[in-house]
Amino acid sequence: MTFADLLAILPQTLLEGLLLGFVYAMVALGYTMVYGVLGLINFAHSEVFMIGAVIGLEVFRFWGNPEAPVISNPLLLLLVALVFAAAGSGTMAVLVERFAYRPLRKRGSKNILVPMITAIGVSFLLQDLTRIYAALRHNEFNMQYRTYDVLNTVFELPLQTSIQFKGIIVIAVSILMLIGLTYLVNRTKLGKAIRAVSQDMQTAALMGINPDTIISRTFLIGGSLGGVAGVLFGLLYTNVTPYSGVLPGLKAFTSAVLGGIGNIPGAMVGGLILGQLETLSGTFLPFLTNGNFGTEYKDVFAFLTLVLLLLFRPQGIFGQNVSEKV
Amino acid sequence: MKKLAILALGALALGVASAQSNVIKIASVSPLSGPQSGLGTAIQQGAQMAIEDAQARFQQLGFQLQFAPQDDQATPDVGVAVARRIVNDPDLLGIVGHLNSGVAIPASEIYKDTNLVMVSPANTNPRVTDRGYLSVNRICGRDDVQGPVGAEYAVKVLKRTRLFVIHDKTPYGQGLAEAFANRAKELGANVVALVGTEEASNFQPLILQMRAQRPDLVYYGGIYDKGGVLVKQMRERGITATFMGGDGLDASDLVKIAGSASKGVLFTTTAGPISTLPKAAAFAQRYKAKFGKDPEAYAVYAYDAANVILNALEAAIKANGGKKPTREQVARAVREVKLDGLTGRIEFDSKGDRKLSDYYIVGMKEAKYPGEVLRVIQFAPPAARQ
Repeated sequence: MTFADLLAILPQTLLEGLLLGFVYAMVALGYTMVYGVLGLINFAHSEVFMIGAVIGLEVFRFWGNPEAPVISNPLLLLLVALVFAAAGSGTMAVLVERFAYRPLRKRGSKNILVPMITAIGVSFLLQDLTRIYAALRHNEFNMQYRTYDVLNTVFELPLQTSIQFKGIIVIAVSILMLIGLTYLVNRTKLGKAIRAVSQDMQTAALMGINPDTIISRTFLIGGSLGGVAGVLFGLLYTNVTPYSGVLPGLKAFTSAVLGGIGNIPGAMVGGLILGQLETLSGTFLPFLTNGNFGTEYKDVFAFLTLVLLLLFRPQGIFGQNVSEKV
Repeated sequence: MKKLAILALGALALGVASAQSNVIKIASVSPLSGPQSGLGTAIQQGAQMAIEDAQARFQQLGFQLQFAPQDDQATPDVGVAVARRIVNDPDLLGIVGHLNSGVAIPASEIYKDTNLVMVSPANTNPRVTDRGYLSVNRICGRDDVQGPVGAEYAVKVLKRTRLFVIHDKTPYGQGLAEAFANRAKELGANVVALVGTEEASNFQPLILQMRAQRPDLVYYGGIYDKGGVLVKQMRERGITATFMGGDGLDASDLVKIAGSASKGVLFTTTAGPISTLPKAAAFAQRYKAKFGKDPEAYAVYAYDAANVILNALEAAIKANGGKKPTREQVARAVREVKLDGLTGRIEFDSKGDRKLSDYYIVGMKEAKYPGEVLRVIQFAPPAARQ
């Protein structure tokens, strides 16, 4: 293993990191939006992401059944899967907000631990419900995405890199979603309302905005993004389990904090940085440490970054110091 | 305080009362839920058949034989909790299990306190028996033989020279992978990497390393639920190196997970496909009629393991004048067992290893389980090390 070998795989490593980073970025947006509006870290978002992956998988299974496909075009099928996962995960997020967080909010408790513990509880509940579903429906735990030749087509790029068609789709879909979201938040009436509620819920209510509706819609948007990210994650890495959401969710949360939680471009940049960090450390660590630190330490780096960041720049890269909402 | 004393007395009385009951329970402990339940259920069902076969015999001896299947979820802390619970049942005199060495090692620390005998159909980590406990036995082979058997095949027969070794950081996977790597190095092969990972879905960092190292064989020490995903992603990204592993890959779910990528996968196993065990044909038929599927991997080994315990129990009952034996008597009797099981002759050495075990090399010619046995090698366990 020489330095030249390392250099040769560097471009491909960066590309893989980019793909992973886009997935994290999309999940991170869900965390950041909810935090921006409610000041709540919605840990159940990682399960909303996982459920999106499962819904996409079921769409592939029902309509793409190899014996009798209802939709035989893989790209159309993927589109349907993305739409269903977005709708399903969005609805799931709205339900979680309606039945787990809103009752707490109405009770007016000032303790921020209560909604957080609830979020963790909801996340366990959703994991186990998925597990029951997978066991009853298919009697299996590891659910597999079907692979299509079209989606797996490899395109050779310069610098000895290659990308699969599904990789291109991941990048395209996530960029589209990010542009769409930025437009929605900055240029539409709903976006204005979301920003108003995140500034000051009471005053927004006095201006004729119904905060409950806006919060609900924020969860809908964040959840849909999570669902789409779930399908793309499943497409890339093919294996989904009821616990698939846990680690990506934690990393996406880290991305959101890295970029400055509550900040939309920040979440995106945070996700991309984390994707690179994870792939680079996972790939090169064994070489650089002469085999003493293996690939298993790649997650350590993500969370080490979080710890260092909280120590030295707790507001994140793009975050401002908001000590009090004025 | 008084209440406590009464409670304690009551519990004691209850314990004494049930110690005299004529119920004997045998437990199976294996993962019945979660990602490894495929292998775990086979153990439970194999043991269940042996116990149901023996119930009439024990009725004549005056004992009611019961089966108590337990779920350790393939997790050490759950396994230990189950162990604590079952040692407190005085009627329980034997355990068939566990599946995972990483679970069996801590759990057997609890069994040994009361000499509750455990006969494992599947624990291959050397440390399981190397601790020299009276109560711990196994009827399968060991990783410090299984790994080297794989290495000999990879280097000498397949002529592979650049080996990329991965493990899942469990005592089973790591032990196996290290034994493989060490023997391969002795045989002159170049082990380009020995890395661990707990990842379950994204193996890209490892695949990138393979791109740099260009191995001609990738060895995976671990279970099919991750190994299957790894080989699938490798093939998708154009890595064509031979994929080899240990008995953790020996499950039909490997094909479900890896799909067409399972074609060409090689693994060593200590439990041969049922077709290579001529005496097990009738067992396989009965199993299929009862459970609606073919017996996988460890089912027939669990059947034999349960029969070892039942044989020892009968011997201990006789030696005890027809009365219920103590756990220690059963554990001693297990070491004396000489049984022609479905998997061959079963006798134990002083550590609880089988005197001679078979090691198989299986290749998946098609993406279809079970694969084809390429070679069978019989080995004795290495002498006890301190």
